[in-house]
Amino acid sequence: MTTTRRGLSLLLVMGLGLVAASCGTADKKQAGDSAGGQVTITVGCEPPKSNPKEREAWEADVATFQKAHPNITVQGKDAFPCINPDTFQAKLAGGTQEDLFYVYYTDVRKIIEKKQAADISQYVGTVGAVKDLRPDVMGVFKANDNTDKTYGLPRNNYNMGLVYNRKLFTQAGLDPANPPKTWDDVRAAAKKIAALGPGYVGFGEYSAGNTGGWHFAAELYARGGSMVSNDGKTAAFNSDAGKAVLENLKRMRWDDNSMGSKQLLQWADLMRMMGGGKLGMMIGAPDVVQSVNNDFKGKFDDYGVTAVPESGGQSSLSGGDGYMFNPKASPEKIKAGLQWLEFHELTPGKGQFDYARAKAQGRPVGLPIPDLYGESAPGQQINALRKQYATVPVDNFTPYVEAQGKITNKLEPPKAQELYAVLDVAMSAVLTRKDADVGKLLADAESKANKILAKNT
Amino acid sequence: MICFALFSWYPMVREIVLSFQQNNFVDPGKWVGFENFRTVFADPAFWAAWLNTAAFSGLALVIGYAVPFVLAVVLNELKHAKAYLRFVVYLPVMLPPAVAVLLFKWFYDPGSGLFNQALGVVHIPPLSWLDSTSTALISLVIVSTWMNLGTGTLIYLAALQSIPGDLYESAELDGAGLLKRVRHVTIPQTKLILLVMLLLQIVATMQVFIEPYLLTGGGPENATVTVAYLMYQYAFNFGDFGGGSALGLMLMVVLLVFSTIYLRVSREEAER
Repeated sequence: MTTTRRGLSLLLVMGLGLVAASCGTADKKQAGDSAGGQVTITVGCEPPKSNPKEREAWEADVATFQKAHPNITVQGKDAFPCINPDTFQAKLAGGTQEDLFYVYYTDVRKIIEKKQAADISQYVGTVGAVKDLRPDVMGVFKANDNTDKTYGLPRNNYNMGLVYNRKLFTQAGLDPANPPKTWDDVRAAAKKIAALGPGYVGFGEYSAGNTGGWHFAAELYARGGSMVSNDGKTAAFNSDAGKAVLENLKRMRWDDNSMGSKQLLQWADLMRMMGGGKLGMMIGAPDVVQSVNNDFKGKFDDYGVTAVPESGGQSSLSGGDGYMFNPKASPEKIKAGLQWLEFHELTPGKGQFDYARAKAQGRPVGLPIPDLYGESAPGQQINALRKQYATVPVDNFTPYVEAQGKITNKLEPPKAQELYAVLDVAMSAVLTRKDADVGKLLADAESKANKILAKNT
Repeated sequence: MICFALFSWYPMVREIVLSFQQNNFVDPGKWVGFENFRTVFADPAFWAAWLNTAAFSGLALVIGYAVPFVLAVVLNELKHAKAYLRFVVYLPVMLPPAVAVLLFKWFYDPGSGLFNQALGVVHIPPLSWLDSTSTALISLVIVSTWMNLGTGTLIYLAALQSIPGDLYESAELDGAGLLKRVRHVTIPQTKLILLVMLLLQIVATMQVFIEPYLLTGGGPENATVTVAYLMYQYAFNFGDFGGGSALGLMLMVVLLVFSTIYLRVSREEAER
């Protein structure tokens, strides 16, 4: 008995010791830090080996970069997908987060608020391209506290539009060159596509796993609405625009029966339906077409993108991705990382913008994204290269591109994921319940969102 | 013992510590007292998650507790094809849970799903299954029951086979039919294992996660959000490990009660 107790005490002490160790404040010097002028940086989102063409391009870029900067070693870390929310916190806790880690716009604000990325303000001026980047794009990576501190750089940028299946449009007797401009047009087109037969869905929409709330925000912005008040402290989506979003979906789901019977869809569901050729329209940006082509067996030629209906003169929810820096990265690593990002992500004709190489490799060229520079000189240069080496039908994206001048990019709201989770409830209600009361759903969501926004965490 | 301490005790103690901290995994954790608990208490989905978890466990007991026992009794009584049927019953356990859950996603499809097609054959109108607040939770219970049927059945079968045969023979001589034999011999002889299984099932079903995560994302209208799913949302979607750990600690305390009862019962059984 005494032995058992002693054993248990030993275990308890060991357990507590481990906890104490985990709470320690010692900042260990990272492996690969600068030594004799040499610096090694680990970089996330290296293309995986299962994507040989992109991997080959990456490795060639690393070799070129290292030749020009012999003191820097770039160690790519491959992963598909590039970021997995399940592992982000664990990697930080375990000290295995890359020096330059990959992020979606959705997570940037949360990471800055939690101080999980390094402040690179004093180094970012060395990147010449920064002055030409779209201010709204750079705004994504800045703190929201009037200090103008910078925490990362973009790799991709777009705003939400309407993705549609041109092949289905033709089959349903619609003109794919003249996609819907109003929500009434969407309704009419969706009805015709759904009438093609069982399994055909005119318009697909998310309503689970926070994706419903995300698309609610996209449709709300496009109608001129806001998710939160200007000071970000209260919810603002319980508005005419918010009601219009839900009422419209409810009508398409129950009056028109054009949204299919299967709901509670999440990200991959609509991609799969698009790739399978049974879905007519969905809210999404040109990156959806890329994903459907690469990962869900769709063909580039079959899809087109236009602006979200009625969004002219309004805003569109912006999206994209980029890189932030490990909060424990040394100044040398940050400076080296910025040089790599400038070369690989921000220089026309190089790295991700090496369209000549992409065409030679048989990779798709011609999507109107990334749009990092707008109309500034590098932006024009990138667009010219894109046109010169295009391999995909660029005309399919013309309605989206033409609308850009009339649409303002708008960032995601504060506490985005929490608000999206709350709005999933409203989205799932109108799509699964015929008698859903839109006014009550929005009022409930507003009250819940206000509690979340008031919370100081 | 070291492995046990590292992989079992340490995470548990760490979770308790995290539930009282605000932690960004970069700076040392900041102690915030019961702030994380207050945050999750104020969450609109908090009570829905607890009610759904309790309802899931309750429904799982009604459906999932009785079915393996009945199956075990039937298998025990069979004279032929015993081994084959045991294999068939155990088969779902061999499927990875994600595969089994996604298989049911197809079965539940309101348009082309197997279940609605089967209902159509007998002229019953299609059900919404996962897409309705009234059927979503029970649909998850059905998946869970199917996935865990084999293990429960085999445990019951082992218990049934340990019952001395002469008890059944005496009952038969007294003219007892199957139902009477089950009532007067099987149930009294397996009372303790039935209780142990009941407690184990409560502990397991209250941690339900994969079914709502893969099938419904907690919807529709929070009808399938469970405590474990909400915990995941906090930790990985909201980046709030403190809130997630606070929920985890609450769930742990509840399960600790059932686990303590389980330990007492199993000790009684061992001493029997």
